[in-house]
Amino acid sequence: MQALQRSAHRLSRRGFLSASLAVGGGLLLDASFTLPADAQGGQVMPPLQVGAYVKIAPDGAVTITAKNTECGQGIKTMLPMLIAEELDVAWEDVRVVQADLNTDLYFAQRAGGSTATPMNWLPMRQVGAAGRAMLITAAAGTWLVPEAECTTAASQVRHMPTGRVLTYGQLAEKAATVAAPRPETMRLKDPSTFRIIGKPIRNVDSAAVVTGQPIFGIDVEVPGMKYAVFHKCPVFAGACKSANLDEIKRLPGVRDAFILEGGKDFGSLVSGVAIIGDSWWQANRARRFLKVEWDEGATGAMSSEGFARQTTALAAGAPQHSLRKDGDANAALAGAARLVEATYSYPFIAHAPLEPQNTTAAWKDGKVEIWAPTQNPEPGRQRVAQTLGVALGDITVHLMRCGGGFGRRLSNDYMVEAAAVARRAGMPVKLLWTREDDMQHDFYRPGGAHVLKAGLDTSGKLVAWKNHFISYGANGQFAAAADLGVNEFPARLISNFDVGYSLIPFGMPTGPLRAPRSNALAFAFQSFIDEVATTSRQDPLAFQLSILGDPKLYGEVGRGGFDTGRMRGVLTAVAQRAGWGQRRLPARTGMGIAQWFSHQGYFAAVVEVSVDDDGKVTPLKVWAVGDVGSQIINPSGAVHQVQGAVLDGLAQALGQAITFENGRTKQTNFGNFPLMRMADAPPVDVHFLITDNPPTGLGEPALPPIPPALCNAVFAATGKRIRSLPIDPAILKG
Amino acid sequence: MAFSIKVNGRQRTVEAEADTPLLWVLRDELNMKGAKFGCGATFCGACTVHLDGAPVRSCSIPISGVGARAVTTIEGIGASEVGKRVQEAWMEVDVMQCGYCQAGQIMSATALLTRTPKPTEAQITQAMNGNLCRCATYARIRAAIRKAAGLPAEAAGV
Ligand code: FES
Ligand code: FES
Repeated sequence: MQALQRSAHRLSRRGFLSASLAVGGGLLLDASFTLPADAQGGQVMPPLQVGAYVKIAPDGAVTITAKNTECGQGIKTMLPMLIAEELDVAWEDVRVVQADLNTDLYFAQRAGGSTATPMNWLPMRQVGAAGRAMLITAAAGTWLVPEAECTTAASQVRHMPTGRVLTYGQLAEKAATVAAPRPETMRLKDPSTFRIIGKPIRNVDSAAVVTGQPIFGIDVEVPGMKYAVFHKCPVFAGACKSANLDEIKRLPGVRDAFILEGGKDFGSLVSGVAIIGDSWWQANRARRFLKVEWDEGATGAMSSEGFARQTTALAAGAPQHSLRKDGDANAALAGAARLVEATYSYPFIAHAPLEPQNTTAAWKDGKVEIWAPTQNPEPGRQRVAQTLGVALGDITVHLMRCGGGFGRRLSNDYMVEAAAVARRAGMPVKLLWTREDDMQHDFYRPGGAHVLKAGLDTSGKLVAWKNHFISYGANGQFAAAADLGVNEFPARLISNFDVGYSLIPFGMPTGPLRAPRSNALAFAFQSFIDEVATTSRQDPLAFQLSILGDPKLYGEVGRGGFDTGRMRGVLTAVAQRAGWGQRRLPARTGMGIAQWFSHQGYFAAVVEVSVDDDGKVTPLKVWAVGDVGSQIINPSGAVHQVQGAVLDGLAQALGQAITFENGRTKQTNFGNFPLMRMADAPPVDVHFLITDNPPTGLGEPALPPIPPALCNAVFAATGKRIRSLPIDPAILKG
Repeated sequence: MAFSIKVNGRQRTVEAEADTPLLWVLRDELNMKGAKFGCGATFCGACTVHLDGAPVRSCSIPISGVGARAVTTIEGIGASEVGKRVQEAWMEVDVMQCGYCQAGQIMSATALLTRTPKPTEAQITQAMNGNLCRCATYARIRAAIRKAAGLPAEAAGV
């Protein structure tokens, strides 16, 4: 473990802190850090910068700007906790305000990839520690005593020998004149002395939410604002040729209607009809009377049935491209004592955040002000700039709380639409999508299929693995989030390993969904591993452990490295908590186990299900164990993220699929794209293993093991193997 | 057309077409943004308000159908003793993730506890099953309802 720690800390961070007198008095801290280039899941990320902004007012109020966008992952609460801990303030004194988009001050402000924790864990604490050091210097200077005789707690500096006390508020102005230290030279607290980190801290927006305050994107009102809908072609990238605009403009409450041309880039503006109304209801109702002539383009010929036929045809042949080859998989399979073959497939799925996409935009003198619920504001601003030919500096973006993200709001198409519609309308506009718009114009989690072969030696050890991955894309290039990393499990663990892929040409938008790639790959690989284990009469847990082998680190911590020891740890712990192999279960009830490593987090899960005679699958309980390093920063938020991800994974496997017909998405609303409801939500037992590793994020990694653990449990309960999602109850009838 | 409706104890006159859903009258005419739009079709419950104390999906009730019934929204629910307790329990249990569904959840929970002060688990499930939470905060919704009802805290997952 010592070696791991060292390599993690080798990632040097250079910081710069400036301190000044705040407007209205008090201390203003403005910090920036440069973090080195990083690699994750085979992708190299460029060097990153993070910034922080803290104000201590004379009355003692500590204002911390929350720089990242909040979409339910708890970052608006969690990052300020890191600063507050080392600043040593009382949490009650802290006010958290949401920052606008300002890359000069804050640099990365996105919410995605579970990256906020690893990026900010050290820098945010160093900012707090530097502020604390300046307050101590100010106090020691006031009392004319050595700094070493001073200590801090709960927003006060105390002179230990005399018991004298000065509050941070009293010291703030003087501290603003102290030379700011370099943040990375700060000594940080021993974790055993933490007072805020590691304590369950309530979401900072709780009071606003329970009283219905207007804090979400959809709630924005600006003076003179009108309401807009944007009607795009139901066939992806179809173009609007003409529409009955005059008729639409005569409808009650309709101010204007016009066609925007747009291009073929789903992430920007595509062709459609905008309707502007005095109320959103009127604008949207006018769509019922809208008649549009579309040029549907090539995608109009595409359908899920066609994709299924192409998948079958490709699966029968050799892969078009090779991804990774170790040893000689063909020879090893030919000589294997036992061969297991199966094809696993999974569908496209939608994100369906509960708040439909929306943005408010107001133009003035060639500049635009935007209020948007986005996970990824800077690329949105850039898209607006490129699409509409505006200078970046003329675009202001206010970050609104997002009613869920799950990766959908990493794409900013709705932001570009709103800016384009408002400019053409010549008035401030709130664009709001319907649920149907959202379901039919998503960046879907890509479907795919894996033709898998495994070879075992006479002792039952897995010695060969072959995978023909059938995915979407063209010219050897995978569609967005439809790829497979060369190091993806179980690569590196099996000596004869061969992965190739074939691509189906494709015209729909795809993109990352919570735990992208992993949320699909885990189902295929972890289900197949369970199948190999049960076919060869081995205990699935024991088989999983035998694949992992002895504890070993492949690659480097923090840079996509995979530590089999940590995975063994979570598997063993979850089995123990669930009573794996220890309990006698009733008929048609079973337990399944699975694991997955993603976003630097190690997770294993056990699901217990019962399956009734009609084939209905009821999850009874889930146990999840995670290892995300040495510290759970906010236990309340952390447990929440895991429980949410677990139920999300169950809902996906139990009923979610997006299908296409004539280039259109068939699903429309929650009636045919079911989300988890309370009646179907089993209890979820969450446990974290604390290990000597840098803390990493939790928005995503708990999800991937869930679909396979569920399906493995269905097998244990019924003897029927689920090789295609969502689960079809018809094949499970008793 | 002009409609006179009573919202959170106040008589309000709004100009709207008869088929305008109550949700959009509240949000866009009266500028009360607490009730949320999630599906527009009774699937999600984000738009839940009370009519004479009963939870309804305001996205699917036309303004012309409200009549003399008293409308209560999340902005006014704290005025009732049960509503206030539910809001407090929601904060103590730290129910929210993104928070978008929670206004609707609180409205459904308050209606339940007003009618059934000590609900069984099955009654909680039944009352809340129409309210989707995409973030899946169900364990804490249940825990907060138990807390507001003064029922012993079960494994709340906190
Ligand atoms: S918005 Fe009314 S039920 Fe979903
Ligand atoms: S808290 Fe996000 S939808 Fe419920």
